[in-house]
Amino acid sequence: MSRNGPLALIFHTVFVIVMVAPILVVCLVAFTPEGYLSLPTNGFSLRWFRTIANYPEFIHAFWVSLGLGALSSLVALLFAVPAALAIARYRFRGRDVLAALFLSPLMIPHVVLGIAFLRFFTSAGLGGSFAALIVAHVIIVFPFALRLTLAAATGMDRTVEMAAVSLGAGGWTLFRRVTLPLILPGVISGWALAFIQSFDDLTMTVFLAAPGTETLPVRMFLYIQDNIDPLVTSVSACVIAITMAALILLDRFYGLDRVLAGKGDTGR
Amino acid sequence: MAYLELDRVAKQFGTQTVVDDFSLSVGKGEFISFLGPSGCGKTTTLQMIAGFLDPTRGAIRLEGKDLTAIHPAKRGLGIVFQSYALFPHMTAAENVAFGLEMRGVPRNERAERVRAALAMVGLAGYEDRHPRRMSGGQQQRVALARALVIKPSVLLLDEPLSNLDAKLREEMQIELRQIQRTVGTTTILVTHDQNEAMSLSDRIVVMSQGKIEQIGTPQQTYEKPASAFVSQFLGKTNDFAGTIDRTVAPTQLVAGSWRAPAPAGLGGPVTVSVRPERIGFGDTGLGAKIITRIFQGNHWLFQCDSECGPAIVIRQNDGKAQPAEGDAVRLTWRAEDMSVRARADA
Amino acid sequence: MSMAAEERSLRAPWVLTAPALMLFVGVLLIPLAMTVMLSFHDWGQYKGIEPVFILKNWHEIATDPYYAEMFWRTFRIAILTTLLTALLGAPEAYILNRMSGRWKSFFLLVILGPLLISVVARTLGWALLFGGNNGLVNKLLMSLGLIGSPIPFMFTETGVVIALAHVMMPFMVLSVWAALQRLDPQIENAAMSLGAGPATIIRRIIMPQIMPGVLSGAIIVFSLSASAFATPAIIGGRRLKVAATLAYDEFLNTLNWPLGAAVATLLLVALVLIVVGSNALIERRYAEVFR
Ligand SMILES: Nc1ncnc2c1ncn2[C@@H]1O[C@H](COP(=O)(O)OP(=O)(O)O)[C@@H](O)[C@H]1O
Ligand SMILES: [Mg+2]
Repeated sequence: MSRNGPLALIFHTVFVIVMVAPILVVCLVAFTPEGYLSLPTNGFSLRWFRTIANYPEFIHAFWVSLGLGALSSLVALLFAVPAALAIARYRFRGRDVLAALFLSPLMIPHVVLGIAFLRFFTSAGLGGSFAALIVAHVIIVFPFALRLTLAAATGMDRTVEMAAVSLGAGGWTLFRRVTLPLILPGVISGWALAFIQSFDDLTMTVFLAAPGTETLPVRMFLYIQDNIDPLVTSVSACVIAITMAALILLDRFYGLDRVLAGKGDTGR
Repeated sequence: MAYLELDRVAKQFGTQTVVDDFSLSVGKGEFISFLGPSGCGKTTTLQMIAGFLDPTRGAIRLEGKDLTAIHPAKRGLGIVFQSYALFPHMTAAENVAFGLEMRGVPRNERAERVRAALAMVGLAGYEDRHPRRMSGGQQQRVALARALVIKPSVLLLDEPLSNLDAKLREEMQIELRQIQRTVGTTTILVTHDQNEAMSLSDRIVVMSQGKIEQIGTPQQTYEKPASAFVSQFLGKTNDFAGTIDRTVAPTQLVAGSWRAPAPAGLGGPVTVSVRPERIGFGDTGLGAKIITRIFQGNHWLFQCDSECGPAIVIRQNDGKAQPAEGDAVRLTWRAEDMSVRARADA
Repeated sequence: MSMAAEERSLRAPWVLTAPALMLFVGVLLIPLAMTVMLSFHDWGQYKGIEPVFILKNWHEIATDPYYAEMFWRTFRIAILTTLLTALLGAPEAYILNRMSGRWKSFFLLVILGPLLISVVARTLGWALLFGGNNGLVNKLLMSLGLIGSPIPFMFTETGVVIALAHVMMPFMVLSVWAALQRLDPQIENAAMSLGAGPATIIRRIIMPQIMPGVLSGAIIVFSLSASAFATPAIIGGRRLKVAATLAYDEFLNTLNWPLGAAVATLLLVALVLIVVGSNALIERRYAEVFR
């Protein structure tokens, strides 16, 4: 099947097992019938999934995360699409600086962003508000939204637009009827990647969230800080399942390799 | 006598047979081309000789020794890849030196041979350049020097010139031929360019869909194509449907109103192949009407509608008057200018 | 181009980027500047934050060995994590690249997929695997006879490095993978035809060419590890402080915001310097491979 020797295949097997093990163990422990952390050796039980219902703060946090992710990714795209079109099409002075600025949230540690936003929004009297969370998340997901949109806009065949212009389309019509449909796959995956990014952020959000605006990762983190029990594994298992579902959808829609490549070289 | 010998070599990928029943014997010092359209199995055959692929069936021998038993690293063949596959992190000199280093050639001798090899390909003074800072033609030369410096028993070239522009390609063809003549290395060149194969090789192996169509000198393959494929692939040709008439004596070959004494050994329906430049306008012969007449500088190109279907005629521009569009003409050619094959489809 | 069209193409990019630019200036650059300023403010248990300009926090960080130790620990963890990902991730990327089509994409998905799965969930997995002296990892290592008595993983740097390496591994594999895609597919055959064996090919031909990929992966992993929060907080616990968890404490427990801001500013500046510096170095060093 491959040109790899036996030693390489052993290395690969161990590597893959180690990569999968922590995720697998979380999902397995979530099904334990026992009252304490253990692998489900005596059959599987949904007991800890049912227990989630008794913890409305997890359910609430889930909705906060969902709303926050959906909304902040959408807002980020509203800003990112025009910016991406400008960067893809025009060679203007300051273009490189702008692009670097828009990608800079990738370079700035999230703890620094968390602190900066905490300071900023507290001074503005918005500390702990959902609005503050939205703005902060727009900033951190912006690079992902921009990158995928930019890739789509750069890869787009400009002559199609020229043809539309020659046929009399212009301005908003041109954008809505020709440009947007052409870059839409990039825009949608930009949204999806941005959503995942927002949904997963702990480091920055932990500074900004207040009771009532706690996101799921924050709630899980605070819970783990106190104690680790099967409940938090069942919540994690749900998160993992949702992510997997999103991944499969994303793969169908756009090709996961391209999305991952968009997330990959954070440092550049 | 045969230096390199391929004996009924075949290669399958899964169920797909990519090369089949490939037999060829190459003499020492010979320059052979594998010529055929893209995907016909040229690279696959070359890679089996190089050892990067194992033949599914058949044997490959070098000086009578089984080559397939030897690891590619030990075969001592020189290979130039289509992409050149130069080591981008090494200078030109380091690239060329690599093979010598692997053979444990002492440093001094190495430096000397590297310098000589680079000089031979016209790159003296480029020793310290990195490949990325060289033009396509220069990279090509480095690749050639790298392959030749190890004094390979056979030099394998996989479309080495296809990444160069037309003018450079012509220059490199001449140079390649000269270098090969000087060094005398047995060479196999893979190409899909018939002009390249013709101008470089002692013999051409014409391939189609994994099979050998014809092996012969450039002249043989051009003038006496063994199959319709060969005649079509090697330049423009006219294929006329004819018959051999044995009811008259002596037996006659008939194509429309054109007739000539029949060649021996054939009967019934045949295909008559004639190159466009070998056809002339005469008083008798194949009846035709000129559809278009195109002036191309040193020659005229006529597209005709003949009794036996479409025909093309090329006439040298010798300053004489030529027939005009719409004229009715007669097409003639000498018997030795045509090749006649049995017609399968009839 | 007509005058009007020319003018339009001069103005258009600015019109299109203006909203994003205003957003970034308003809610990114200003808050960052405020944080830097905050690090120069005074703070007291009872008086809170006093908006004056003093170097007290910076002085404290510079002189109190606690901070030196904490920063050194932060960078030590980041360096070890980077080494671990490079040593394991680069060979894995190479092995992956040599697999045939279907297996390749499957395993690529398995290895890169975790990139998109919650960091908290992944770290929780490690907490479960490490879990005390009879955690699964210890049981496995002891039954394999690799260790005699359990090693503490929870609340140790070892544990943090292992879990962080797992979290960061996809970045390294992805980066090396990208470098491998830029290799000429025939390059190994070329080396082989010149007489090189497998070990020589890896050492002399592959390694030098994927080094830029390894290094840029290393920069990503290093900067993300040095500023990591969730993993050190969960695996490292309350005592094993790194820069991010310390800043968190100063802000949300001690409430000494100016000091926390100073720690954060220092982290930011150090990382930017390291990243920009090493990027420049790599590009200079590998100019011929990159171009
Ligand atoms: N590794 C492979 N697996 C499956 N099919 C292959 C492989 N390599 C080549 N082929 C197929 O074999 C045929 C011949 O390929 P190749 O020898 O590269 O042709 P050429 O060099 O004449 O263009 C092609 O149809 C190609 O798709
Ligand atoms: Mg080929």
